[in-house]
Amino acid sequence: MSGELTWLIIALPLGGAVLLHFLGRFLGEPRAGWLASLTVGASFALSAWAAWPFIQGNGHPEQHLLFSWMPEVGASFEIRWDPLSALMALVVTGVGFLIHVFAIGYMHGDPRFHRFFTYLNLFTGSMLTLVLAGNYAMLFLGWELVGLCSYLLISFWFTRPSAAAAGKKAFVVNRIGDFGFMIALMLIFASFGTLSYPTVFEQAAEVLPEGTATLIGLLLLVGAAGKSAQVPLYVWLPDAMEGPTPVSALIHAATMVTAGVYVVARSAAIFELAPTASFVVAAVGAVTALWAATIAVAQNDIKRVLAYSTISQLGYMFMAVGLTAYVAGLFHLMTHAFFKALLFLGAGSVIHAMGDLQDIRRMGGLRSRMPVTFATVGLATLAIAGIPPLAGFWSKDEILGAAFAQGGPAVALYLIGLVTALLTAFYMGRWFVLVFLGEPRWPEGVEPHESPRVMTWPLVVLAALSLVGGFVNTPLFGLGLEHFLEPAFEGVTLAHPPEDLLTFLLLAGLGTAAGLAGVAMGYVTYTRPTWERFEAGLGRIWDAWSRGYGIDDLYGRTLVVPGRRLAEGLAFGVDARLVDGAVEGLGRLVARLGQVVRGVQTGLVRSYGVVFLAGLLLVMALTVWRAG
Amino acid sequence: MTVTAGWYMTLAALLFGVGLVGIFLRRNALVMFMCIELMLNAVNLTFVAAGRAIGDLEGQVAVFFVLVVAAAEVVVGLAIIVAVFRQRASASVDELAELKG
Amino acid sequence: MVELIVFVVGAVVALGGAVAVVVARNPVYSALGLLATLFSLGVFYVVHLAHMVAAVQIIVYAGAVMTLFLFVIMMIGVDRSEDTSETIPRHRIYLAVLAVGLLAVAGAAATGGRFSWVPAAVEGAETPNGTVQALAERLFTDWVLAFEVTALLLTIAAAGAIALAYFRREPVTEGDDR
Repeated sequence: MSGELTWLIIALPLGGAVLLHFLGRFLGEPRAGWLASLTVGASFALSAWAAWPFIQGNGHPEQHLLFSWMPEVGASFEIRWDPLSALMALVVTGVGFLIHVFAIGYMHGDPRFHRFFTYLNLFTGSMLTLVLAGNYAMLFLGWELVGLCSYLLISFWFTRPSAAAAGKKAFVVNRIGDFGFMIALMLIFASFGTLSYPTVFEQAAEVLPEGTATLIGLLLLVGAAGKSAQVPLYVWLPDAMEGPTPVSALIHAATMVTAGVYVVARSAAIFELAPTASFVVAAVGAVTALWAATIAVAQNDIKRVLAYSTISQLGYMFMAVGLTAYVAGLFHLMTHAFFKALLFLGAGSVIHAMGDLQDIRRMGGLRSRMPVTFATVGLATLAIAGIPPLAGFWSKDEILGAAFAQGGPAVALYLIGLVTALLTAFYMGRWFVLVFLGEPRWPEGVEPHESPRVMTWPLVVLAALSLVGGFVNTPLFGLGLEHFLEPAFEGVTLAHPPEDLLTFLLLAGLGTAAGLAGVAMGYVTYTRPTWERFEAGLGRIWDAWSRGYGIDDLYGRTLVVPGRRLAEGLAFGVDARLVDGAVEGLGRLVARLGQVVRGVQTGLVRSYGVVFLAGLLLVMALTVWRAG
Repeated sequence: MTVTAGWYMTLAALLFGVGLVGIFLRRNALVMFMCIELMLNAVNLTFVAAGRAIGDLEGQVAVFFVLVVAAAEVVVGLAIIVAVFRQRASASVDELAELKG
Repeated sequence: MVELIVFVVGAVVALGGAVAVVVARNPVYSALGLLATLFSLGVFYVVHLAHMVAAVQIIVYAGAVMTLFLFVIMMIGVDRSEDTSETIPRHRIYLAVLAVGLLAVAGAAATGGRFSWVPAAVEGAETPNGTVQALAERLFTDWVLAFEVTALLLTIAAAGAIALAYFRREPVTEGDDR
């Protein structure tokens, strides 16, 4: 039925990318951007239309074969259309569309304007391939394409060495994750003989022993941790801020980083059999949430705060899916996509206005200059801080509730989550106050101004979504998302927040209190002019946070330097001496041999004739001898 | 004393041998060419003689084709000799050693 | 008896002509020697009742081909006589070795016990009469394709000869990359 056209959801942005690649130069600015936005918008409309049966509650998961690739291994181009992929497609295309539109304004005047939109479209198409894939092989294809596109986009301004390095770093760190992911896929294939979703999910309970399931789960976690920037593979994400801001929004809000969460949710049937792996996922998520939140407190770059915040929020999602609260995790994924995209685009708007200045210590007082950005970003700040009734409150509360309800060691995760919520509210408050409130601390010659309309109306739409997005799944107003997603998690036990009203209210109250307290602390501390003394007063703790616990240095000393030494040894020792020596030696041997043998070539026809005659004689002798 | 096919074959072998020796001893391209013609004709004689011994006309048909090919060869070969002679004013094959290694 | 006389005379003339081809220092004598050989072969063809082949032998070989040879000899120069001393080192030694080898192989073949001049010979076979009609019947039925290809070959040879003889290489001058 409606699902049969779902291939167009992928094909439209990919087609847009191809078209822009060849014709983008002729379309020029801004038409190339509008074309790109149009394809993603059309994909969104198509997704919404195709997802309508699920919204009504009478849809069934569908599997559409487009064409066979390697049917023997279950690797074909086929599309899985169920509520999970529908939700992901809606988020990716919906938020992606708004980011595309925003980018038209943000990238104004860039000499490679059309190329940027080619990459954006390719990125969107890749992400859609990932989420709509009907088997693990196609998922992996999208997975790798997303990695490639992130590399292209992060290092879009590749003339800046830091951007080029950041692109490389993202790519290499992702490869580490991909390594685990690939082994997981091989294990799945070895166990099931196919990579096709329906077979794997239906037979998982019979085929997989718990040990194998745990191993697959942990390896999937390695891959997911790489893509979704979890401890210890998160280091690429903050550096990825070197890319243009719409890229940050697209990668960190709507697409790439959610791939890890998606994969875990998609493989729910496998994780169902491996409670240990599941709990490790949750633990990694919780640790990441707290770890990144502390670092985010002490960052001074307007985008790096948001980057660590994203890592932290992704930790929440991992915590949720690890506790088998898949609905809560995906719910948070969706609301986070709204308000984080809004925050990034708002930050982009500010950077745009400040003339590429990114240090929040030199901002302040932008409220009156940028009223639309101020209002929308303020809403997003409250949303991420978990203030009711905004979107972030509902989803975060559901995750924390699910952790609490599970009891046992999960309560520890709950407490970590609560502390993180407090920290989140604090650093977002700090961020917001430093950027928009207080006295202007701008450098000379900067005249901030509100961004053009093409950049502000995506902000307004996202602000509206951040405001109401939480109501799709609340215990008070109906569990819409849960019913929507039910067909995708058939046969999987889902964790839920506590049912009774008293506990719920208690937990919600605690969460709200943490959020309000954090924001209040941030506000009180940073509206005072003495905030710099406050930061200095924290001394070495603050220092450790602002350096991100020195993890980058640690990796650099323990992994990068030895790796580089090894590579140099191989390049200048083994390759230059041994391999090249062998190749050149072979060449010299042939040349010397040629010197010897060239004497045979006299150029004299009659000498050649003698050789010819000798051969003739040989043949004749042979013939006579054989005829006997 | 009847003249059998063997006699003609022997004569053809001798003619062929003389032609072969000529090719290897002379370096005048023209004379070498004539030696080749000699060898071709020796073979022709064996065709005709064998055809007679078998009682079949095919031998003469073969001679016909050899003749035509020989004629074509002479035409092209002589043209090459003339062209070379124009360049070097010599018909010696030993001087045509440009491909010496 | 008549055939024996014809054979002996013809063989002597043919071999003499052949030796003259190889030995003569002046190419004109070589050409004349070849002419003698060709003529005596023509005589042998008549003995074999190969009338058509004999006629073609005289007309094409003795007539056309030899004329062509003589033309070229005249063009290159009749007065050029060649130095017959060998310039390639050890060339004649190799040749002698090869000749001995060849004779040895031939001797081995002849004394091998299974040798015959014409293995498919039919006892008392009637000599085929190679009239124009008889030969044409074969050429235009069984061998018609080869015959037509032969025509093509001759055309190509003629075109090639003209191309070789007619087009001269222009003297190479600076800046002229034709």
